Amino acid sequence: MDVFVQIIVAAISSGTPLLFATLGGILIERSGIIQLGAEGLMLMGAVIACMTYLHTGNLALTLIAACAISAVLGVVHAFMCVTLRANQIVSGLALTLFGTGLSAYLGKSITGQPVAGAVPKVNLTWLEDVPVIGGIFSHLDILTWFSFILVIVLHLYIHRTSWGLHLRAIGDNPPTADVMGIRVQSFRYGYIIIGSMLIGLAGADLLLVYSPTWIEGMTAGRGWIAVALIIFARWNPIRALFCAYFFGALDTIGFRIQLIGSEVPSYFLKMIPYIVTILVLMFLGWRNRNKPSGSPESLGTPYIREQRF
Amino acid sequence: MSKQPVPSTLAIEQPDTASRRSKLLSFRIELDPSRKESPWWMTIVSVLLALIFCGIFIAANGMNPITVYSKMITGAFGTTFGITETLVKSIPLLLCGIGVAIAYRISVWNIGAEGQFLAGAMAATAVTVYWPNLPVYLAIPAMVAAGIIGGGIWGLLTAIPRTYFQVNELITSLMLNYVALLALNYFVFGPWKDPKGFNFPGTPVFTEAQSLPLFGDTRLHLGLVFAIVCVLLYAFLMKYTRWGYELRLIGANPEAAKNAGIKISRHILLVMLISGGMAGLAGMAEVSGVTHRLMYGISPGYGYTAIIVAWLAKLNPVGLVISSFLFGGLIVGGFSVQTIGLPSSISSMIQGAILFFLIAGNMASKFRIRRQG
Repeated sequence: MDVFVQIIVAAISSGTPLLFATLGGILIERSGIIQLGAEGLMLMGAVIACMTYLHTGNLALTLIAACAISAVLGVVHAFMCVTLRANQIVSGLALTLFGTGLSAYLGKSITGQPVAGAVPKVNLTWLEDVPVIGGIFSHLDILTWFSFILVIVLHLYIHRTSWGLHLRAIGDNPPTADVMGIRVQSFRYGYIIIGSMLIGLAGADLLLVYSPTWIEGMTAGRGWIAVALIIFARWNPIRALFCAYFFGALDTIGFRIQLIGSEVPSYFLKMIPYIVTILVLMFLGWRNRNKPSGSPESLGTPYIREQRF
Repeated sequence: MSKQPVPSTLAIEQPDTASRRSKLLSFRIELDPSRKESPWWMTIVSVLLALIFCGIFIAANGMNPITVYSKMITGAFGTTFGITETLVKSIPLLLCGIGVAIAYRISVWNIGAEGQFLAGAMAATAVTVYWPNLPVYLAIPAMVAAGIIGGGIWGLLTAIPRTYFQVNELITSLMLNYVALLALNYFVFGPWKDPKGFNFPGTPVFTEAQSLPLFGDTRLHLGLVFAIVCVLLYAFLMKYTRWGYELRLIGANPEAAKNAGIKISRHILLVMLISGGMAGLAGMAEVSGVTHRLMYGISPGYGYTAIIVAWLAKLNPVGLVISSFLFGGLIVGGFSVQTIGLPSSISSMIQGAILFFLIAGNMASKFRIRRQG
């Protein structure tokens, strides 16, 4: 039982950055824009968070800075995709390549400096004695709690409010939404910016909580795994939570297997998350071969008012 | 005809109030349907804008951007050593660039050239590890074949999920990059490590027979010829063969291609096999021609830079040659500014910015500004 709790705790801690990035991606893709820049946004969020924390030591300022830089990059992506109607795939790729390069450039001077204990934990001592639940929930940090709240809020927002209905309308059928009086372009801008901020927060969380030193390219493909998670989660925040923790568990399982003294070289254990991503996507593709994938129907097509569909 | 015809201006005389209100601000930006291609100078403008944009970050780091750029240019193109170094770096870029360009022709977003490059390098090295005493006329062809097959199989690993399971190839190809990198690290830190290498993460140095011949005293190797042959083949296949025509048709209109009886999934498999094979050949040329061993950190991101190379060239063969030379220079220039205390990652920052400004410029030139009403 103890091992089980430990694995859950480890899965939550390594799954939370993935969860933030997936939630941000869901928000963006629900509005009909493909978001492939997650890797670059996470890296930028992480490097800015590291720099701000080392200079100020203020957690709130650190999180705001990480969100701000990714919001700026989000505006650029929105300008490309919404205003210029450029290819959303290439714009996302450019964001990733630029973010990777710029974060390596900015982070050169702070590489290897530890950022320990930046995020305070919520110690629920009264919960400690409850079996299983106590072990899991009594010592989580505030960002993890924030991610729980965010999942519920986003789920209610998307499925239970009229604004959420508008969001789904923008992503599924922008001409109809436009006729309804929803300003498609402005809302797409808004959702891209908010979603990008969440992805930047994911980078900050990765740096502050999960691996507290800046290393060049430290996300190691987590941004891309988050892109895949959006598909696993079928654009649904609640499912995103479980998918993110599943991948978080995969991330830590290699480490666990090493601890029990397995003969398998660590390089192969580190491949697990990447290979499982591909296998799960293949499984989903096979299972859903005759079903809609659940993706927003206008995902990837820019909306032009004058153009008929 | 006694009846008055309906005045044709009727619709215009009753415009909706919204457009009348906006008549004062009477400009609007719209897509110009007559412009399909952006003008050639737009590419140059985009690159210059990207350099200016990155100059801001360089200045923020307390350096004069003009000094940095001139240092980069002289480092890459100013000396004979610089130019040959640039050519050496542009060989893998050109080969990987052809690979991704051929995939982008049919809108297969292969971003896995990095992994395919590493797979080719590993496959070529496997030949030297398991058959160390092959004579030169067998060793090099065997390594070339191994490199192409290794990269091609790595490419197929992306194509098969795409064609049979509808899996987005962007995610697959990128995940496989990490898998290839980890496999490389396993080999160079593990079974293939040079026993006499003082724990250096690399295989033993290749013998004379396993190394590509060099041109004169330079570091330039036979891979240059491979790259040139491949780019000529690419140009020929695209322009003059039925296969190239089918690829162009799929790229232009997949629906029409399907109706014309072209089997798209078979094309995707073949294209990814070739695309991976090109990157694998680049990997083989790199280990056999430049480093003469498989080692940790063998690629400074050639596969990712190749994406921008292909995009800058607009998938055009001549453009590929020019842009791979320029980006080779950018990599060499990035290394040369390390001497004045800037990180070499400056070149990857510039690469990303160039891609951004390219697509923005490309789209912006398709718009026109019109007076409204």
